Amino acid sequence: MTLPVSLNESGKQKPQPFVREVLGRSDYRIIGEIVEPQTRVLDLGCGDGELLEWLAANKGVDGRGVELSGSKVQRAIARGVSAYQGDIDQGLADYPDRAFDYVILSQTLQETFRPLKVLREMLRVGRRVIVAFPNYGHWRVRLSLLLSGRAPKTELFPHEWYESPNIHFLTVYNFEDLAAVEGLVIERRYFLSGARRVSMLPNLLAEVALYLVSGTDLHA
Amino acid sequence: MIVDSSVVRFDCISLDNGSTLAPVDVDYQAYGELNARKSNAILVLHAFSGDAHAAGISRETGKPGWWDNMIGPGKGFDTDKYYVICSNVLGGCRGSTGPSSVNSATGCPYAMSFPVITIGDMVRLQKMLLDSLGIERLLAVTGGSMGGMQALEWAVSYPERVVSAIPIATTTRHSAQQIAFNEVGRQAIMADPDWSEGNYYGRKPPARGLAVARMVGHITYMSDDSMREKFGRRLRGKENFGFDFDVDFEVESYLRYRGNEFVNRFDANSYLYITKAMDYFDLANGQVSLAAAFEQAKARFLVISFSSDWLYPSYQSQEIVRALRARNRDVAYVELESNYGHDAFLVDVAEQTDLIRGFLASTSEKAA
Repeated sequence: MTLPVSLNESGKQKPQPFVREVLGRSDYRIIGEIVEPQTRVLDLGCGDGELLEWLAANKGVDGRGVELSGSKVQRAIARGVSAYQGDIDQGLADYPDRAFDYVILSQTLQETFRPLKVLREMLRVGRRVIVAFPNYGHWRVRLSLLLSGRAPKTELFPHEWYESPNIHFLTVYNFEDLAAVEGLVIERRYFLSGARRVSMLPNLLAEVALYLVSGTDLHA
Repeated sequence: MIVDSSVVRFDCISLDNGSTLAPVDVDYQAYGELNARKSNAILVLHAFSGDAHAAGISRETGKPGWWDNMIGPGKGFDTDKYYVICSNVLGGCRGSTGPSSVNSATGCPYAMSFPVITIGDMVRLQKMLLDSLGIERLLAVTGGSMGGMQALEWAVSYPERVVSAIPIATTTRHSAQQIAFNEVGRQAIMADPDWSEGNYYGRKPPARGLAVARMVGHITYMSDDSMREKFGRRLRGKENFGFDFDVDFEVESYLRYRGNEFVNRFDANSYLYITKAMDYFDLANGQVSLAAAFEQAKARFLVISFSSDWLYPSYQSQEIVRALRARNRDVAYVELESNYGHDAFLVDVAEQTDLIRGFLASTSEKAA
C-alpha cells in the first residue's frame, strides 16, 4: 500500500510559530493552520482550553470544548472557553447534525472506548473532522516490542501496559484502511516527527498522524 | 460597604393563575455603578429563604449579605466592573409583596387569600423592576437553587434581554423527592395549631411548625459527609446520654437552633407559597421537550453543580446542558467537587469565583 504524502501542504500556508510557542504541541500548530476563521469548532478532549482560547483570539472561532476532567474544565471556563464536563464516548449524541464546521479530536481517539462510533458521530455533528493520533506503527514502537518482548514503551507511549490510558492502538495504515471502508474523504494528511514534517514512509517514521476528513455526502 | 434596600411600587401585576395583584411592591438592593451604555448589569436571584440583601453590610441589621463572599469589589461578581441588582421575590416576606402584606382592599394581611404565585410571576416582577430602572439588557442572570430556576426562566421568557445565564445547583423542574421534602415542610406548618388557616398575623405565629420545616430543609442542604464532619455523634454539653428528650447530640442542637432562628426572620405563609411556586416550576411545561423550551433562548450559559448535592443532583444540571446542546446553544458546564451538599453554592466560593470571573469577562468581551 502506498500512501500519498502531501508535501506541498507545508509550503502552502506559512506556519505560525506563535501557535507552536503557545501550545507546544506540533499537532496544535497544524490545527491552527487548517481551521478557517469565523467557524464553529468543537474540541473533544479540550483539556484546559488552550487550543480553543487561541482559536477564538486569533481566528474568531466560536468554540466549544468537551473534557472529562473537572479540574481541566474549570481552568478552561476560567479562561473564557465554553467547555463542559463530559464523556466523549457519549457526549456527542445530543448535538444536531452539522452543528459545527470542525470537530477536533487531538490525540485521544486511541483513548475512547468505541473509536469508530466516536468517529461516525464526529462526522455527523461536524462538516469536517480533524483527528490526530500517536502512530503505533512508528519504528521505535515496533523495535521496542521486537527487542524487549514486552508491551512497547517509548516517548510517545510512555505508560506501563496496566496504566496506559490508550486502549485502542492504531497505525497510519489502520486509519487509512478504516477511512477507505467507511468511505471517508481524506482532504489533508500530515505526518509529524516531533515538530518536523515527515515526507516519506509515514507509517514507519511518523510519531503523530493528523487527518482532515469529511463524510462522503459532502461531495456527493 | 454599607447597603440599603429600596422599594418600588407598581400599580399591578398579572399572574400566571389568571388573577392580578394590586398594588405590588418589590424590595431591591444594588451594588456598583451602571455604566453609560448600561451594558454591565447583573441580576442576582436569591434562593428559597434569601432576600434582596445579597452583598455588603446591611445598614438596618449590620449583617453581611447572603452572597457577600461572591459579590463585591474584586470578588467573583466584581462590583468595580459590574452593576449587581438583587430583589426579594414576589410572595416573600422581606420587603416585596407576599402573604404577610396588607391587602389594600381589606386593610388586613392577605394570608391565604394571597394568590398562588409561580417562578414566572417572580421573574415578571423582576422584569418590571428592571424596566423602571431603565435596564434593557442583563449581562448575566444568576442564582443558586430557586435562584437558578429564575435564571432559567429569565433566559427563556425574555431571551432578548439576557446575554448570559449562570444557573447553579438547580433544576428545570422538581423531582418527586424535592416536592416531597417541600410537602413535609408545608405539612409541619399547617399541622401547627397556631397556623390557624394562615390567619396568625398579630397573634402567635406557627413557630414550632415553621421551625420543624426549617430543620428538614437544613438536613437536605447538607451532605452525609458534611454532617459527619460537623457533628458526628458528639454530645452537646454533656458526657453521657441524658436518658430524656432534651438535646443529646450536637446535630439536634444545631437543627433546633437553625429552626428557631428562622422563625424570627421568615413568614410561615411565605414558606407555603414559595415552596409551592418551586414545585409548580417546569421549564418545559407546554413544550414537547426541554430542548424545545430552549428554542428561544439566546443566552450563553454557565451551568454549575456540586458533587455532594443530593437535593439538586448533578443529573438535573446535566439535563439542562443536554437540552441546550440539542439546540446547539453556547453552554459551559462543570460539576465542582464539594463535601458541602446543596449548601456548597453559598460556601464553596474560591472555585466558583474563578469560573464566574472568567465567564463574565469573556461574555462581556463577546457582547461588546
